[in-house]
Amino acid sequence: MTTKKLYTVIIFSENTVGLLNQITIIFTRRQLNIETLSVSPSAIQGIHKFTITTFADEDTIDKVVKQIDKRVDILKAYYNTDEDLVYQEIALYKLSTDLFIKMGAVEDLIRKYNARILEINETCVVLEKSGHYDETQALFKELSETIGVLQFIRSGRVAITKSRVERLSDMLAEMERKLQEKSKDRVCLSQS
Amino acid sequence: MEKQKITGSEALLKSLIAEGVDTIFGYPGGQAIPIYDSLYDYRDQLKHVLVRHEQGATHAAQGYARVSGKVGVTLVTSGPGATNTITGIADALMDSTPMVVIAGQVPSPLLGTDAFQEVDVIGITQPITKWAYQIRKPEEIAWAVSRAFYIASTGRPGPVVLDLAKDAQVGLVDFEYKKVDYVRSYQPEPDINPDRIKAAAALINKAEKPFCLVGQGVLLGGAEEELKAFLLKNDIPAGSTVLGLSALPSDFPLNKGMLGMHGNIGPNRKTNECDVLIAIGMRFDDRVTGDLKTYAKQAKVIHLDIDNSEIGKNVPVDVKVLGNAKHTIPMITALLEERKRPEWNAEFEPDAQEEYEKVIEKELSPASGPLKMGEVVRKVSEATGNDAVLVTDVGQNQMMGVRYFKYKRTRSVVTSGGLGTMGFGLPAAMGAKFGAPDRTVCFFTGDGGMQMTIQELGTIMQEKLDVKIIILNNNFLGMVRQWQELFFHERYSNTIMENPDFVAIAKAYGIAGRTVEKREELDGAIAEMLNHDGAYVLVANVEPCGMVYPMVPAGGSVTNMILGDK
Repeated sequence: MTTKKLYTVIIFSENTVGLLNQITIIFTRRQLNIETLSVSPSAIQGIHKFTITTFADEDTIDKVVKQIDKRVDILKAYYNTDEDLVYQEIALYKLSTDLFIKMGAVEDLIRKYNARILEINETCVVLEKSGHYDETQALFKELSETIGVLQFIRSGRVAITKSRVERLSDMLAEMERKLQEKSKDRVCLSQS
Repeated sequence: MEKQKITGSEALLKSLIAEGVDTIFGYPGGQAIPIYDSLYDYRDQLKHVLVRHEQGATHAAQGYARVSGKVGVTLVTSGPGATNTITGIADALMDSTPMVVIAGQVPSPLLGTDAFQEVDVIGITQPITKWAYQIRKPEEIAWAVSRAFYIASTGRPGPVVLDLAKDAQVGLVDFEYKKVDYVRSYQPEPDINPDRIKAAAALINKAEKPFCLVGQGVLLGGAEEELKAFLLKNDIPAGSTVLGLSALPSDFPLNKGMLGMHGNIGPNRKTNECDVLIAIGMRFDDRVTGDLKTYAKQAKVIHLDIDNSEIGKNVPVDVKVLGNAKHTIPMITALLEERKRPEWNAEFEPDAQEEYEKVIEKELSPASGPLKMGEVVRKVSEATGNDAVLVTDVGQNQMMGVRYFKYKRTRSVVTSGGLGTMGFGLPAAMGAKFGAPDRTVCFFTGDGGMQMTIQELGTIMQEKLDVKIIILNNNFLGMVRQWQELFFHERYSNTIMENPDFVAIAKAYGIAGRTVEKREELDGAIAEMLNHDGAYVLVANVEPCGMVYPMVPAGGSVTNMILGDK
């Protein structure tokens, strides 16, 4: 029995309709649950970035990522473990204003968890905290055990690799070079 | 090129013509009528074959593509028209067959509203296509068609679906066709790593007992001659997967036969005795490997493939050579020493002798008793000079077909390998005849598979197609019956078939035919079939409980084949 580990799969894709489906069906076939998912435009215009976490063994995740990478609209897919990444999640906590004020020691709480207050009105207070799962969970635990949490939401993981290799920009440069070569060939062909 | 305002439908047809398409297999319906209307104007340039069921259109396109190397094209309507193509699309993905399926779709304002004959074609086909795209504007048609053909035909080929909304068919567009030969996110042929070429050659040069596995990648890359040169230079014996058959002629001295569950004894055993295993354009399917835990454990494995996701998927690889076999094989050959390996090659002979004595002789030259499936196949093959195209359905007829038919030319086998689709054969045989009109097409099927797509006899009638149909009739779903006999205590659950008079059905379609049951009439019946001008149905009433041997039981080791001699 191989041990399962949390992997972060990072995917760069064209921004076309139905791409998420193309990716998730590959997880489905291997019976992998997606733990978190985050999608947004990347730094490069027209290219979207997917960050997906899932528990898997390395053999499986390697094959899954190769099958994702093979899809026509996918530019690049790779996987990392937590050690290779700087990563973050963001959580929002909706609390009752009355109870929050009565609780006292608000400053201690905010400092201890490095949280922020986003909104205060007569009925509710909204806190924001970013961090790893354990950190956002710890604040949730403390609040629910004391004054209760009306609503709680945590985002999917966003992650950046620690390595110096910038895989996508290197790859795009390489593709650009190949395209240039190709159009050169075409010019040669049309001239000959 | 001067721009001209035309309808989306006309733009579609002009795009197809620009891609070199001359044959389309299809079936009209509500949301494809504008395309069919335009087709009426282009009937001199685009031959449309009206099938009897959309599944048949896809299999025909597959048969066409497999023998010709061109992209097969299917045209259907929305909803049920599109869903009927699913089996063929899945089959084409499994067997890497280049195919473009164009489906009509409800007008784009109605999308998502459960309109009449609306179905989510893209959602359904994404898992079984190389690319699926919905066209909502006439301006996208030329681009999408060109991209579809580029993606379907390059790299590891596969099926592409274009879902064409009706308003895009009827809208007007300034038509201008630009051929796509680059997609940023798609690299069809990976760069070849010279170090891997050197490592592969070094391993083969050091090997005492190298063995080569030939897959369809050789045919898809058009690397048949490169493969022969490679094998000959270093005297490497080879075995073939079902889809790799006919890459090497049957009588090529280093061709040791077929791999896998019903393959030949020698190639299977030698997989577990060789010291270096060279897999070319094949994907170590479980029907080839049997139990992976006992598969080629002693060998260093070199895997040549164009698809990175196939390398190491099932079998761990020592040297991975990514690239098109057309280019990687000769690069390795250039570094090989000229060798002769008479002892190693001679080691295949006892296995071949054993198989001949225990299996083949009984199958091909029985002294008495009812007709055997294998003898019918071999006699048909020989009567065509071993130069026909073999099309099979799935099951015992398929395994007997690929075991006993012989080949001289490449692209001579059309069969559903990966998906194992019963009903594939008859429409695929039609497509094969369109793709190779000058060749004799011999289609072997069973009484079960024949009835899954028997309505295509209508297409054969209408198109006056010269397809030779041989029904190996045992009144059983034979392959399942074989498993029931061997592994399920002879409990023949739902495998007994009461069959119609196939010759009478053929006659109703105006197709000639006869039934043969006696051995002494077989040669005459085959000659009559082959000499007949046009389609012919030969029903061979074979032994009811015939078995395909040798057999590697599912999940068993390729070393231990059942020979049925006990």
